[in-house]
Amino acid sequence: MNKFMVGGLLILAAVVYLIASSTVAGAQYFFTINELVERGDEAVGTPARVTGAVIGDTIQYDADSLTLTFDVAHMPADEELLNDEGGLALALHQAVSDPSRTRMTVVYVGPRPDLLQDEAQAIVTGQLGADGIFYADELLLKCPTRYEEAAPEQTGN
Amino acid sequence: MIANLGYGALVITLLVCLFGTGAAIYGEVKKQPRWVDSARNAMLLTFPLLTVASIAIITLLVTNAFEVDYVQSVTSRSMPTYLRVTALWGGQPGSLVFWSWLMALFASAATLRDWRRDREFLPWVVVVSLVTLAFFLVLIIGFENPFVRYWATPSGSVVTAMFQPNGTTLYTPFDGRGLNPLLRHPGMIIHPPMLYLGFVSLVIPFAFGIAALITGRTDDRWIRLTRRWTLWAWLFLSLGLILGGRWAYDVLGWGGYWGWDPVEVAALLPWLTATPFLHSAMIQEKRNMFKHWNMLLIILTYVLMIMGTFLTRSGVLSSVHAFAQSAIGPIFFAYIVLTLIVSLALLSWRWDGLKSEGTLTSWLSREALFLINNVLFIAILIVCLWGLFYPILTEALGVVGQWFPTLAHIFTGQKATVGPIFYERATGPLWAALLLLMGVAPLSAWRASTARTLGKAIWLPTAVSLVGIAAVLVLSDVRGLTALLALWLCMFVTAVTLFDFYRSAVARSRAHGTNFLVSLWQLAGRNRRRYGGYVIHLGVVLMAVGIIGIEIFQTETQASLKLGETLSLGRYSIRYDSLAEFDTDDNRNVARAVVTVFKDGEQLGELYPRRDFFYESGQPMTIPGVRSSVEDDFYVLLVNWQPISTQTATFKIYLNPLVNWLWFGAAIFILGTFVAAWPEREPAPVRESRRAAAAEAIA
Repeated sequence: MNKFMVGGLLILAAVVYLIASSTVAGAQYFFTINELVERGDEAVGTPARVTGAVIGDTIQYDADSLTLTFDVAHMPADEELLNDEGGLALALHQAVSDPSRTRMTVVYVGPRPDLLQDEAQAIVTGQLGADGIFYADELLLKCPTRYEEAAPEQTGN
Repeated sequence: MIANLGYGALVITLLVCLFGTGAAIYGEVKKQPRWVDSARNAMLLTFPLLTVASIAIITLLVTNAFEVDYVQSVTSRSMPTYLRVTALWGGQPGSLVFWSWLMALFASAATLRDWRRDREFLPWVVVVSLVTLAFFLVLIIGFENPFVRYWATPSGSVVTAMFQPNGTTLYTPFDGRGLNPLLRHPGMIIHPPMLYLGFVSLVIPFAFGIAALITGRTDDRWIRLTRRWTLWAWLFLSLGLILGGRWAYDVLGWGGYWGWDPVEVAALLPWLTATPFLHSAMIQEKRNMFKHWNMLLIILTYVLMIMGTFLTRSGVLSSVHAFAQSAIGPIFFAYIVLTLIVSLALLSWRWDGLKSEGTLTSWLSREALFLINNVLFIAILIVCLWGLFYPILTEALGVVGQWFPTLAHIFTGQKATVGPIFYERATGPLWAALLLLMGVAPLSAWRASTARTLGKAIWLPTAVSLVGIAAVLVLSDVRGLTALLALWLCMFVTAVTLFDFYRSAVARSRAHGTNFLVSLWQLAGRNRRRYGGYVIHLGVVLMAVGIIGIEIFQTETQASLKLGETLSLGRYSIRYDSLAEFDTDDNRNVARAVVTVFKDGEQLGELYPRRDFFYESGQPMTIPGVRSSVEDDFYVLLVNWQPISTQTATFKIYLNPLVNWLWFGAAIFILGTFVAAWPEREPAPVRESRRAAAAEAIA
């Protein structure tokens, strides 16, 4: 029976090692913009996933180099806090219209997504550069108004 | 009217389920077969009742009954009829009804079998099936009712309710929001039903397992009875996963087929326990071992199946799949915990009756290799569960990181997630080890193999595969240890499997004097499970080749092109010829580019990558232009263009080597499962008892 115990332990150790080392290699940390900016130099280069509200006026796209630049404003990450602000659509609106919110510039190289517009929620994955600009490898966008139509149009019945 | 009828059918089904559960337990405890028969009839009644409910939803969907909330949210006037019908599973409430309908179908089919030899299992199989069904019906009626309608109040606001609130009038919107355009794809129309079929048919082996635990008839009878159910379930589940991958490849426009998205992982979980169950069930049949383990695997499979339904449908995990969001999370969670407690309690109660009759003697015996196969699958399961729940774990267990500084990078206390890199890195070596076992295990013998006998069987396939790898090194520019090792594994398994076919067929043709091909055919016919299994293994190898191709050798590039300019990738290049923008009858705006494809400077033809914009949902969809060959896929995406003048357009192109082997391998895989699962006549009880009598006489 002993040889099976040893074999089992070896397999277990290998699996634990694989999980632990891959976790370190593949982890992405969620930050709000405030948290990321507070961390300052410490945050530079850490793989991070950041959520912010897109400020429409700042969107610039260079079609030759496929470089997309835009600013995002801080917004709460917590579902409950979002509800305090009256749902996602309102929270995004407040974040964009409040000039005192922390803002951050995002640079992304790739096609310009259709959903990128004012007051969209951007979820960017990448890392903060030493220049304070966030270099995104991945860009996801959510537009709440599209999915939460309040009441359908009346036809009269 | 139709809505009320459908709702009524759902409520009656729930009552029938509750009655059937009670009747089965009462009849069994009081030893009154009449009550058990009544429970069986209740089980059979659920199917026609749920058929009524499903037809009611479909009728509402195809007749533009937009006063019904569900119809309004998944269909629109511009949708063709077949899409309206399939909108039954386009949203959460409808898909739960569809799930229940399939569940009733399968459970009824299981109930209709000949029960004479297994009478004691009947009440408990009925109870487990009906309780599962009742749980889903409670969810539907209480939280996800597909028949809820709109009502206009005198103050002008619109409320949703099943029945008319006082002082309101029925309110009918003019049009619906339409099915999410991403879901309007043949793969997506069949993908959910296949996955659901796999999920619901897994309930049957679980029900028999629980019946075996309760009745104490803990021999391998429950496994033999459900062998085919499990295989069919596994086939549907595999098919569902593959179709989902194909859909992603065709529709999502990222040049991949599997993104380790949480919902994909959730759908994979039951497959990760069903597959080792299929393998270790064979050990129980042959050697009477691993009985606890098999019970545990089928319990886990059921729980993971419920969890898969929950995770894909609850919106707990946000991802591309979270089309349906709702608040049914806590109830699912409670049901999962309850199921686990009850099943594990039953298992510990019968623990002694499930003792193994054989023991492991050698690491190289077939049962030991099957055990390692099981352990590897469970390791992959643990990796996946860890990845799924890491965001919760790392935040909640930050304190562990503070106590043990070495673990500080894992338990950070910071909200975090793990991406595809984690899954690829952690499961890659485990998949490779499984591939190796797939080659070695069929060569080993039951009970004991020695390194010597195994070496004798293994040297020829090993030599052939090494020659194959040398050929790859000489003929192609494939370098890199991972790729070479992975390709060698594929060749090794192929060689082993083909040799085994060849050897057995030659032996048979010598013994019976038949032709080689005839022998091969008879061989597969005589031992379908074994040879079906080998065909499945070959399919897996082909799929692995495709996965190696796209994972390790995929290349991509992107650029903005002016009319007439070209962009190259590897041996291919494209020239941007023209682009047209137009509206279609079904409310889409289409931008369609024409590009000419060249390979080694030679013109191959045109591709038409396009972007559809759906006005109703305000959602775009990118459809790639793909040139497929055995060697590779050349995959062109239109990502951007200059409106009106169309002077420039941006393209992203991928070269996916060998990816078609993945789809071809999947077809072989499914064929193999058919071979293994095709019904065989059950040995008649008479013959078995005669054999038993003969054995007694000899004794």
